[in-house]
Amino acid sequence: MDGRHIQTVDGNTVLNVARQNRIYIPTLCYHPKTRQAGKCRMCVVEVERMPGLQTACSLAAREGMVIHTSTQRVVETRKMIVELLLANGKHNCIACEANGACELQEVAYRLGIEKPSFPIAERDMPVDTSCPMIIRDMNKCIHCYRCVNGCNNIVVNEVLEMGYRGSRMTVVCDTDKPMGESSCVVCGECVQLCPTGALVEKKAMGKGREWDTNQTRTTCPYCGVGCQIRLHVRDNEIIKVTGEENVEPNFGTLCVKGRFGYDFVHSPHRLRKPLLRKNGRLEEVSWDAALDFTAEKLLEIKKTSGPGSIVGIGCARSTNESNYVMMKFMRAVVGTNNVDHCART
Amino acid sequence: MAGLASTLGAGAMTNSIREIEDVPVIFVIGSNTTESHPVVSYFMKRAVKKGSRLIVADPRRIDLTRWATRHFQHRVGSDIAFLNAVMNEIIRNGWHDRDFIEKHTEGFEQLRETVSRYTPEYAGEICGLRADEIRELARILGTAEKVGLFYTLGITEHITGTDNVRSCANLQILLGNIGKASAGVNPLRGQNNVQGACDMGVLPDVYTGYQKAAFPDVRRKFEAAWGIEKLPDGEGTKIPAMFDGIHHGDVRALYLIGENVVMSEPNQAHTVSALKKVDLLIVQDIFMNETAEHAHVILPAACFAETEGTFTNTERRVQRVRKAVEPPGLARDDWWITAELARRMGYDMGYTSAEQIWEEIRSVTPSMSGIAYRRIDHKGLQWPCTDEQHSGTCYLYCDNVFPCGKATFRPAEWKPPAEVPDEEYPFVLTTGRRLWQYHTGTQTRKSGGFNDICPEEMIEVNPDDARGLDIRDGDYVFVFSRRGRLKVKAWVTDRVTPGLCFMTFHFSEACANVVTNNAFDPIAGTAEYKACAIRLERA
Repeated sequence: MDGRHIQTVDGNTVLNVARQNRIYIPTLCYHPKTRQAGKCRMCVVEVERMPGLQTACSLAAREGMVIHTSTQRVVETRKMIVELLLANGKHNCIACEANGACELQEVAYRLGIEKPSFPIAERDMPVDTSCPMIIRDMNKCIHCYRCVNGCNNIVVNEVLEMGYRGSRMTVVCDTDKPMGESSCVVCGECVQLCPTGALVEKKAMGKGREWDTNQTRTTCPYCGVGCQIRLHVRDNEIIKVTGEENVEPNFGTLCVKGRFGYDFVHSPHRLRKPLLRKNGRLEEVSWDAALDFTAEKLLEIKKTSGPGSIVGIGCARSTNESNYVMMKFMRAVVGTNNVDHCART
Repeated sequence: MAGLASTLGAGAMTNSIREIEDVPVIFVIGSNTTESHPVVSYFMKRAVKKGSRLIVADPRRIDLTRWATRHFQHRVGSDIAFLNAVMNEIIRNGWHDRDFIEKHTEGFEQLRETVSRYTPEYAGEICGLRADEIRELARILGTAEKVGLFYTLGITEHITGTDNVRSCANLQILLGNIGKASAGVNPLRGQNNVQGACDMGVLPDVYTGYQKAAFPDVRRKFEAAWGIEKLPDGEGTKIPAMFDGIHHGDVRALYLIGENVVMSEPNQAHTVSALKKVDLLIVQDIFMNETAEHAHVILPAACFAETEGTFTNTERRVQRVRKAVEPPGLARDDWWITAELARRMGYDMGYTSAEQIWEEIRSVTPSMSGIAYRRIDHKGLQWPCTDEQHSGTCYLYCDNVFPCGKATFRPAEWKPPAEVPDEEYPFVLTTGRRLWQYHTGTQTRKSGGFNDICPEEMIEVNPDDARGLDIRDGDYVFVFSRRGRLKVKAWVTDRVTPGLCFMTFHFSEACANVVTNNAFDPIAGTAEYKACAIRLERA
């Protein structure tokens, strides 16, 4: 490949071989999870003794293959594909949520396409805002099939499908219903797989681009699956959540709660200060006042009624470390085994 | 947990989530997987696409049945009769794993004797199934190469919860589906760190890693580690007994961390009167909630995104939690607050970081001693992981060695729920979750968009029943039980069978736990959230 002798295992695709050897082949429809779709043709390469150009994502590497990944013919073909995609939709990066994370923008940049050379097609499909969590702008869709593949083969919710034919071809929900009225369960896998700004998180709109955010790997706070998530943070605010690809247990997939149920963290109803009941009313106090009151009262009850009169319920949402400290507190400090939590089953 | 601990040894999923894709026959009983554990359901549905058979046993026509090969709609609370009859048929046809049973199990004869009384005809009457349906399930499970069994609270939240779990384990031991990949008995845990809270010994009878508080040498070990002269012996009280204890005057102080018990415990009136009576109610939480309103002192805590530490998922995987944002106002880490209380009561724990606490945990917990923060930076490790060379355990009992020596059959007899329908309260109410909300709603109802999709509680009522009561879809109805009444919108749907209704506890305005029954499993102390008797009236 490109003059290098490379060994690989039988059946590996040319694309994989290139990526494993840090040779750049652009892709739009290919995603490690949905694999080759054979739609975009961005990954074309020249192979000696094979006719025409070959798509690297679907071509199995074979003994003795001689592959060129960046000949003039290859580059010009790729440029033409990007030019046509740019001409076929509303790809204006300025206000696009995907700016900086868009794979179409990335390949245009790598190919040096500053300004589309073809006239932009009149394409003005209504933006689907019917879902409370996801915005679908099919004017930015490049028909890569990743969302369709993800919906049907990864999360198997079987909502998205390609509808219509020819220039009218577009992704539809169920029988072309608005997403918010369809059987969609809003897992957001389609958003995570979308290479452009055609599918974006509604609640993140205008809150910051990829380069504005710090990302923190953590574990989802909802059910017991323990999905690995990434919190995208700007100015101390979580603006969106994505699933962490390629790692157990979830391999990038999430559900509606894990992906979109994060803004409770910033709710104005969060408790901000310790509260102590005085004359029947809860009043804001300092940590010292709250903790001293509690400690003294616990000591008094322990002394007069014994440690067994004190009980503690731990938290199945809090960390192992906090639960351990709670358990230790009840046993070592209060002196009782009266410690439990909600899920003994 | 008690059910699994007494049959197999460890109260946890035997196998791993990623193995689900290769399970030839997936048997889901009492789990609304697509709504309660959506990501696990993706694995199940992918398995179906690859050719696995998915068998769902659930009283409701849950969404997962869309992908199911077969759906057995047995009655609420009939699980033991159902599973016993299936086992009876398996044994009668000789489909059980004789070799495995002989070498690695105890109690087979007792099991055979118990289940022999559960003929498909007899059990069918109890379950509301035809005898040939039970025979069909026995054939599917008995002749499968391997079966992976998955359950959730539909199995455990009954007065026979422990026996329900034992019956699931009995079935899988009988078929030899233990100690191998893509099989096993798999309880799916409902909250991010239920497994971890159990593992950490936040239980009245065990320390970390299920080391028994009753064993003097366990107590001596912790006395030495913590520098304490004498740790308490005897078993502590479980949650239901705590509330009863307040009513009896034995319990004077209640320290609650992140538990909205008013919403989550059965029989709300009983819970609220206890909270009003207790001398000291300490609530440590992230939100003001229905429970905190009764507190004497409220301690504001940091939430998952504001703290460092670990959670342990349903497949025993210890994973990192990291701080991404600052907590609001003066809110502090849960562990800091508890340790400060300890210090002011005369015991200085001296912790300065979550990692320091974890180091102590693994030093006193053999099953986790190999798990260090730096080893789980990218990918979590599954316990048992006994030293730093150990790569974790994706499925338990791979060498057929069980903590108690051999796997033990614990035959169980069926008995009906504590409260069954009668003339006055003719409907069965069962409870659970919806996809769009979570638990008592403290998180999802305060996150944008969820209330647009699922704005209020709805009680599922079968169209036949609705017709008889002149209730139309969207009408409001009153729900009465012996413990309370509430008003809720009706969803007329054949997701439920005639005679059955379904609600959640997501909405304080219409919380199922106003009417649920505070009857408990005698061993686990788990409440029978899944069955009570109600009456409906159009509002």
